[in-house]
Amino acid sequence: MSILNNKTFRDILSQFIVVTALVLFIWHIVGNLQHNIEVRGITTGFAFFGDKAGFGISESPISYSEDSTYFRAFLVGLTNTVYVSFVGIFFASILGVIIGVGRLSKNFLISKLSLLYVEFFRNIPLLLQILFWYNIVLAALPGPRQSIALWANCFLNNRGFYIPKPIFGTSFEYVVLAFVVAIGLVVFLSKWATKRFEETGKDMLVWPWAILILVTIPLVVFNLLGSPLSFDYPALRGFNFRGGMSYSPEFLALAFALSVYTASLIAEAVRSGIEAVAKGQKEAAASLGLTSYQSLKLVVLPQAIRIAIPPILGQYLNLIKNSSLATAIGYPEIVTVFSGTVLNQTGQAIEIIAVTMAVYLTISLFVSLILNIVNKKLAIKER
Amino acid sequence: MAVYEEKSARPAPINTNGAIYWLKENLFATPLDIAITFLILFVLFQVVPPFLNWTIFDASFLGSTKADATGSGANWIFVKDKISMFMYGFYPQDQLFRLQILVGVTLVEIVLFKYIAKTIKQKIFVFVLYPIVAFILIKGGMFGLVEVPTNKWGGLLLTLVISFVGIVLSIPIGIILAFGRQSNLPVIKNLSVVYIEFIRGVPLITMLFMGSVLLPLFFQEGVELNKLLRALIVITMVESAFVSEAIRGGLQAIPKGQYEAADSLGLSYWQKMILVILPQALKVAIPNLVGISIELFKDTSLVMIIGLFDLLSMVHLTSNDSHWLGMETEGYVFVTFIYLIFCYGMSRYSMILEKRFNTDHR
Repeated sequence: MSILNNKTFRDILSQFIVVTALVLFIWHIVGNLQHNIEVRGITTGFAFFGDKAGFGISESPISYSEDSTYFRAFLVGLTNTVYVSFVGIFFASILGVIIGVGRLSKNFLISKLSLLYVEFFRNIPLLLQILFWYNIVLAALPGPRQSIALWANCFLNNRGFYIPKPIFGTSFEYVVLAFVVAIGLVVFLSKWATKRFEETGKDMLVWPWAILILVTIPLVVFNLLGSPLSFDYPALRGFNFRGGMSYSPEFLALAFALSVYTASLIAEAVRSGIEAVAKGQKEAAASLGLTSYQSLKLVVLPQAIRIAIPPILGQYLNLIKNSSLATAIGYPEIVTVFSGTVLNQTGQAIEIIAVTMAVYLTISLFVSLILNIVNKKLAIKER
Repeated sequence: MAVYEEKSARPAPINTNGAIYWLKENLFATPLDIAITFLILFVLFQVVPPFLNWTIFDASFLGSTKADATGSGANWIFVKDKISMFMYGFYPQDQLFRLQILVGVTLVEIVLFKYIAKTIKQKIFVFVLYPIVAFILIKGGMFGLVEVPTNKWGGLLLTLVISFVGIVLSIPIGIILAFGRQSNLPVIKNLSVVYIEFIRGVPLITMLFMGSVLLPLFFQEGVELNKLLRALIVITMVESAFVSEAIRGGLQAIPKGQYEAADSLGLSYWQKMILVILPQALKVAIPNLVGISIELFKDTSLVMIIGLFDLLSMVHLTSNDSHWLGMETEGYVFVTFIYLIFCYGMSRYSMILEKRFNTDHR
């Protein structure tokens, strides 16, 4: 019997061949790379991170100026990526759940309009949507002098969206503390209600009480401390608004397009999650005499959530990755700032693209870590 | 003692069919429903008529210049004038007949593939023949056809070329990667997992940047890679990872007994995978594969960021024409319409396939 017919030997041999081929391939590429780097005189290494950036960034949640380092610019890009992703995820979730539930509504108009929404927005490239909102809708807004005035001193014009900026007084932290205490009380209350329900069978609606607690306690503390919160209102001075907080058209277009697009995908996840709950479960709940609200809360939703959460988290990850399309309209997130401006200035493509990819890989590893934890928590506990 | 009392008959149920019943059940079931229905109707009346007026009733269709526009709505003369840009990009006007022939060839191919070719071998032959004929027709440079360099390709043509090449090349690579990920050999398994997870964790745009900036550095000096080729390499790399995940889903749906049965028949690894497992796995994976194709079709729009002139980039290019300034909205609406037709068509087709393949013998 030849040694070639030995399974262990063959396994080792085939793996050996693959590894050798891969090593040769990488060796070849790295050789070419080194040669090309020498020929073109590209500098290498990460020393450029400490150099002065020398370019401005239009919007930045952290302090940044032209004198800051490239590393600071990198951080600005990263915070902007995280910021716009959070905003996008927040609105996409709300909109997605509403539309996903709307798909199952008995009302003909609601379900058909939800279907139309899903089929329309998920079948158009996200980049097209971003460009449309940015180049057509936001560009068509009036100039600062003819701003559209919304409630509470908010203004919308083609330079952005202006809202009052809260200025927190010195004792405002006590209000925050009161809020934390209120959250603690609500948690305690819901635990107590669950316990009482299990012992005596008396059910109670927790959420009206929860809202009452969450609103009154901080509000009372706030008023006792003499309202330690004021607003800096945006006002028209000269040709533009001064004061307040503003969101640039780039941010608005990106956040809006990301939310609207991802909402259509989240809606599908929500719908299929709810539909995946076996009909027998609802019938069983009904035959136990549960009301439709109880059946939804105690039987359908716990099972639907288990099915819907993994695809929804996957969509969150996609949204974070899709925020890189900002580069098409120039919102200064990590790809625009770092793989764009910094790369053009330093020419160190290898390091910069590697770092950018590493950032996204870290984020996606982080999200899959959360996904695993959630999956473990939600897993069916079999007897 | 109970006394029998005749009770008067209850009224007959109101009719449970017909328009009135339907309206009551579907639109006005509860007070909340009534409120929502009226709210939606109100919004629809605010939105739909102006939209229809803009796109159809007040739009201008006839003429050839911007000045010919008569209505206050959309100016579709712009799209009519620029249609060859939207469809073919900068493809030379005198060579357009080749692309029109290609459309005919495509239809003939579909008929051949679906109705004429009977055996698997014939089908494979027809399937392989198509890209060769298409490449010769588009690129030229042989059989007396003038060569059209790739930087002249654009519009819907380029979008379709990238999508087609991307999906066709990534299916075999994706199958190999999926096999690799399911393999018992630790080295091969881990290499596949690292590749797939790396690609899936990184946005396509950074991969495209890598393709346009780094890829030339990986090749020997003197090797010229045009932009389209770089984009195609990157897109195939990325799509393979996604395709492999779809196929892995199919592989996981195959009962273990199928593997064991193939083993007990004495089939080799490749015989087992290709003859027994893959046909079943592909059947399960097809809806997801179509989903990936739709994603890819939409994602090809990103190549405009690295300077290729795909369908989406044509909006900007055509509306920058000094004769047609300010026509961006029409351009976006038209391009949206094309994307919708293709993506919605593909998703419908996938539903048909799903039904046809649903033998449901599990």
